[in-house]
Amino acid sequence: MSSSIQNPGPSKIPCYGIWCVFALTIMLLPFFFTSRFSISLFSQIGISCVFALSYNMLLGQGGMLSFGHAVFMGLGGFIAVHALNLISENTLPVPLELLPLIGGLGGAFFGSIFGYLCCRREGTPFALITLGIVELFASGALMFPSFFGGEEGVSGNRMIKNTLTGFDFGSEIEVYFLIGSWTFLCVLCMYLQTQTPLGRLANAVRDNPIRASFIGYNPSHVRFLQFVLSGFFAGTAGGLFIIRYEIIAYDALGLVPSGNVLFMTYIGGVGHFMGPILGAILISILQLVLIHYTEAWQLYFGLLFMAMVLWAPGGLSWLLIVHQPVWKAGLMSKLLPSYLQALATGLIFFLGLIIFIEINYHLSLSIEPGAPLELFGLVMDGHSVVPWSTAISCLILGLWLFRHSVKMVAAQWDAVMVIITKKTLER
Amino acid sequence: MPALTLNNLHKNFGKARVIHGLNLTVEKGERHAIIGPNGAGKSTLFNLISGLYPVSTGDITMNGRTISNLDSHLIHRLGLSRSFQVTNIFMGMSVFENIRCALLWPAGLGYSFWHLCGRLKGVNAKAEAIIETINMMERRDVLADVLSYSEQRTLELGVTIASNPDIILLDEPTAGMSHSETEQAVALIRKVTEGKTLLIVEHDMSVVFDLADRISVLVYGNIIATDSPEKIRNNPAVQAAYLGSSIKTTTC
Ligand SMILES: Nc1ncnc2c1ncn2[C@@H]1O[C@H](COP(=O)(O)OP(=O)(O)OP(=O)(O)O)[C@@H](O)[C@H]1O
Ligand SMILES: [Mg+2]
Repeated sequence: MSSSIQNPGPSKIPCYGIWCVFALTIMLLPFFFTSRFSISLFSQIGISCVFALSYNMLLGQGGMLSFGHAVFMGLGGFIAVHALNLISENTLPVPLELLPLIGGLGGAFFGSIFGYLCCRREGTPFALITLGIVELFASGALMFPSFFGGEEGVSGNRMIKNTLTGFDFGSEIEVYFLIGSWTFLCVLCMYLQTQTPLGRLANAVRDNPIRASFIGYNPSHVRFLQFVLSGFFAGTAGGLFIIRYEIIAYDALGLVPSGNVLFMTYIGGVGHFMGPILGAILISILQLVLIHYTEAWQLYFGLLFMAMVLWAPGGLSWLLIVHQPVWKAGLMSKLLPSYLQALATGLIFFLGLIIFIEINYHLSLSIEPGAPLELFGLVMDGHSVVPWSTAISCLILGLWLFRHSVKMVAAQWDAVMVIITKKTLER
Repeated sequence: MPALTLNNLHKNFGKARVIHGLNLTVEKGERHAIIGPNGAGKSTLFNLISGLYPVSTGDITMNGRTISNLDSHLIHRLGLSRSFQVTNIFMGMSVFENIRCALLWPAGLGYSFWHLCGRLKGVNAKAEAIIETINMMERRDVLADVLSYSEQRTLELGVTIASNPDIILLDEPTAGMSHSETEQAVALIRKVTEGKTLLIVEHDMSVVFDLADRISVLVYGNIIATDSPEKIRNNPAVQAAYLGSSIKTTTC
C-alpha cells in the first residue's frame, strides 16, 4: 500500500499553484506591457489558446486528425455576431459578457451534426470527411449571404448597454480582461475534462478502440462526445473573436484557419496539455511580427513546420519535457555549448535562406522589382551577383557546419543521458 | 439455463469456412477449456462470441438472451469479458489507470465529463483492491508499455475481471510464459474466476487438465468432442485427430 502514498500518479487533482500563477499572469500582463499593440496581441493569443486547446481535444486526446476545425470556430463566430446584433436591438436579453457562451453552444450544435457524420470512422476516413466539411462551408457560405454576409461578412458592435460588469468595452484593456477571463475559464475546463471519464476514454479509444469496447464503451460514441465538446470550445473561441474584432467573414470557415490551428497545436506539441498553449503563443507572436517584415511569412511558417516535424515531432512541450531531467540534474551547462554552436551555424544557413527567399520574392512578386531591396539595413540589388553568391555560400557553409554541430549535440546528449542514468541507478 | 449456447454457428471469411456448424453449451459456473491445433478457429470462435466479428449464420445465446451480432460493448455490458491472444491493454496508461478505466462503466459513470476521476473514491479504492489481487501493487504507477511480458498478461487479466463479469473468455493466457510464471498465472486465474463461468483457450495441456471441468476439442471449425478431462484424455477420436499419443506432455 505504501507505494500508492509515495506515488500519487497522474490521477491526482492538479496543484492549485499553477492555476494561481496562470490567473495572475493574465491579470498582470497588461500592466507590464501597456501598449495598445501588445494588449491586442494578448487578446489574440487568448483566443488562439482556446481554439488550439479545443483542437487538441480531437488531435491529441482523441487521435482525430481534423482538417476542418475552423468551421466550428467560424460558425460559433457567425452565431455570436448575429446574437450580438439581436442583443443591441434589445431582442435577445443576454449580457455581452456571455456572448462567447452563445458561440460555444452554436459550435456544439454544429459539432453534434457533423460529429454524427464523421465520428463513426477513425484515421484517414475521419480526416477526409472533415476535409469535405470545410469544402462544403468554404464554397457554400457565399450562397447564403443573409447568414454569412457574402464577401464582406457580418459585423456587429460590442459597445452595448446590456452588460454584467458595467464596462462599455470601448477600450482595448476592457476587451482584454473579458477575453482573459474566458480564456482562463476555458483552459481550466478543458484541463479538468482530461481528468474525467470521457477525457480518459478519449485517450483509451485513441490508443486501442477494441479494448475500449471490451470495457463497455462504444468508441464512436466517445469520439462523438469528444467532438461535440471540442466544437463547443471552438465556438467559444469564435464568440471571443467577435468580441475582439466585431466582424467575421466566410473565409473564417476555410481551410487556411483550419490549417493554422493544426499548425499551432502541432508545433506546441499534441502530447501534453501545455503544448497547444505554447504553440498558440509562439505562432500568434511570430505571425504578427513576420507579417510586419516580410511578405513571404507563410513560407517561413512552412519551413518551421517542416523543421519541427523532422527534428522535434513532439513539439515545443516535448522539447521542454525531455530537458526536464537534464535541468534537474544540473547538467544544462554540458549541453549549452553544443546548442549554441548549432544555433550559430543554423543561423548562417538560415541567413542564406532568408536572402535567397527575399530576393526571389522581391524580383517576382513586389510592386517594383527593379528597385533595390533592403534587408537587415543592407541594400541589395537582385540583378547583381553579390547577394546571390552570398546567399548560396551561406547556405552551403551553414548546412555543412550545422550538420557537424548536430552530431556534436547528439554526442553531448548521449553523454548527459549516461550520467543521468548512472545517477538514478546509484540512488 | 446455460451461460452460453452456440447453435449451429458458421463463420466464413470470403470463401474460407473457418467455423462450420459448431454447437457448444457452457454451463453456469463451469471452467470450460477449448483445445485444438493451430488455425482450428479457436480465436475466431472467441471473436464471434464477444461480438468482434459478425457471425455468418447460427446464433449465440448468453444466459438465455441472443447476443449474436450485438456490438462488443453491449455484450460486455451484459457481463461477458475477455482477454486476447495478443496482449490487448492500454499501453500508454499506467497499471492503475488501466484498471480504473475498466471500472468506469460498471460504476455507472458512463460518458461523464463532469466527474473528476481523481475524486472517485469508490472507484479508486476498488482499482487498488484489484491491483492488490493481481499482486501488482509495486508496479501500480508504471506505464503498461514498460512492464514485462508476463506482467502485461497479468494486467490484462486484471482489466478483464475488473468489471466483475459473469462470463470470462481467456485466449491463451499463459502462452509465452516461463514455467514458474505459468504456475502463478494459473493460480491467479483460479482465484479471480472463482464462482464464474470460464471459457479458456490454451495450448499448455498441464494448464488445461489442471483448470478445466470440461474440455471441448475444436478441429477445423468443428467441435469433435466435449467431455471431462479424464474422458477426453482417453477418447480415441481425439487422440487420432489431434493429440496423438503424447497427450500428457503436449505443450505446443
Ligand atoms: N479476420 C480474418 N480474415 C480471414 N481469415 C481469418 C481471419 N481471422 C482468422 N482467419 C483464419 O481463420 C483460421 C482460424 O484462425 P484462428 O485464429 O481462429 O485459429 P486459432 O485456433 O486461434 O489458432 P492459434 O492456435 O494459432 O491461435 C485461420 O486459418 C486464419 O487464417
Ligand atoms: Mg488463436
